[in-house]
Amino acid sequence: MFGIVIAFKDYQVSKGILASNWVGFKYFIEFFNGRYFARTMINTLLISFYDLLFGFPAPVIFALLLNEVKNTYFKKTIQTITYLPHFISMVVICGMIVDFFSSDGLVTKLIVSLGGKKMDYMGSAAHFRPIYIGTNIWASIGWSSIIYLAALSGIDQELYEAAVIDGAGRFKQLWHITLPGIAPTVITMLILRCGQLLSVGYEKIILLYNSGTYETADVISSYVYRMGLGSSRYSYSSAVGLFQSVVNLILLFAVNSLSKKFSETSLF
Amino acid sequence: MVKKETTSEKIFDVLNIIFMLLMICVTLYPFYYVVMASLSDSGALMRHEGVLLKPAGFSLAAYKMVFKNPNILSGYRTTIIVVLAGTTINILLTSIGAFLLTRKKFAIRKFLSYMMIFTMYFSGGMIPTYLLIYKGLNLGDSLLALIIPSAISTYNLLIMRTNFAAIPECIEESAKIDGANDIVVLFRIIMPLSLPIIAVMILFYGVAHWNSWFSAMIYIRTKSKYPLQLILREILLLNSTESMMEGSMGSDKYSIGESIKYATIIVATLPILCVYPFIQKYFVKGMMIGAVKG
Repeated sequence: MFGIVIAFKDYQVSKGILASNWVGFKYFIEFFNGRYFARTMINTLLISFYDLLFGFPAPVIFALLLNEVKNTYFKKTIQTITYLPHFISMVVICGMIVDFFSSDGLVTKLIVSLGGKKMDYMGSAAHFRPIYIGTNIWASIGWSSIIYLAALSGIDQELYEAAVIDGAGRFKQLWHITLPGIAPTVITMLILRCGQLLSVGYEKIILLYNSGTYETADVISSYVYRMGLGSSRYSYSSAVGLFQSVVNLILLFAVNSLSKKFSETSLF
Repeated sequence: MVKKETTSEKIFDVLNIIFMLLMICVTLYPFYYVVMASLSDSGALMRHEGVLLKPAGFSLAAYKMVFKNPNILSGYRTTIIVVLAGTTINILLTSIGAFLLTRKKFAIRKFLSYMMIFTMYFSGGMIPTYLLIYKGLNLGDSLLALIIPSAISTYNLLIMRTNFAAIPECIEESAKIDGANDIVVLFRIIMPLSLPIIAVMILFYGVAHWNSWFSAMIYIRTKSKYPLQLILREILLLNSTESMMEGSMGSDKYSIGESIKYATIIVATLPILCVYPFIQKYFVKGMMIGAVKG
């Protein structure tokens, strides 16, 4: 972490970290004024936001629906199967995505048969975000639902029995018992997610994007990667990376104190 | 308790089951497709229309090609070395770290814990880390670069700490009276008592090592040292199936191109798929412990 200082220095490999000259906030300013600032910022925020909007409720809903399945054996089977993608490596998942969305891939064929256009969806900037978010949900819905299922099983069964006696149907029970019961868990997870608004996982982006989709796919961390390791602009990319980390930390604290205020649930 | 179900509830149940079945299909079919496609003849596969339920023109040519490829084999070797060595180091260091953080007489343990948790939310970032490993520690192009930076995962350390802290102190005290020192306490008492959690840790770390590719991509330069995932990336995402076909005939080349991709996926994922059903419940258990900790 000490290496962060190079963000404020004009790092040169031959001089080493300590001997390089201090340049203050030069590289931060260069990033803010550069033409990639807006692009990476917008992409990062949009991808995070959509991921939060669609990706966050999905496992909650899935857990609730799964909870309504009465056959234990069937339930176990579904769980086992939906956890599976979590263990497959990112490389394989992305390999499959690229293949399935290519011009004669599995998904493209499906889209064509539903009346869509035959094209290479991975090469199209307009389709990158939906594909990214959709496959994210596909890969993580089962695994992320574990924590909600745990919360669901922690709800006192007597509450349901009492509700039945009082004449509450299953939808009433869901609304008045189940949802309040898992609310603290949901809020904690939401805090954690919000703290990461600015850090879109670079692994998947780097594996999925190509120069045709940079326009909508390039996020801050993948930009750091390209600048730092591709073009060897160490100081500049460290500055960009540091900017991202600091904003994330601030976000985490902000969301945490907000939720402390409104719902008495917080992380620390 | 028997209660009457209303019609709307019955409809909901049916729809729910249909939805769940759909989820199963959506999750499984891509994998099923890959398996079937890997067993297919590429030409037939390209011509195939509609849902693929059985191999199109059964052929094992793709697998033969994959196993003949020196990169896949060396990738396998690297990955196995990294998984074995990496996981051993992980377990050793994580248990020692967790043990230290549960010692009440260890003066700065609170401070150390906070420092560690801080790293979960804030880190130097990709580039400083890269420079440290590559220039600072001079680990470029060495397999150690894949093992040392990930020697301890804070998250796993916290899970382990929670678990160690739950072991009653009196056991340890009685061992101390019998003349055991801290090292003996850790390896002869605490660790045997924590076998379930250690199993979970082995699985967490092992799968992480098996699946990791990014650090290898930035640190490893020599192709013969590439781990399996990196080789996979070249074949799947950089479309270099050509490199796999060196020496094969022109027409032959075209006919196995497609299924080779799928065969490589299977070969690289099979070990995980084979152990998955057995380890799955442990994963869930480990996840719970972590979740309770928050």
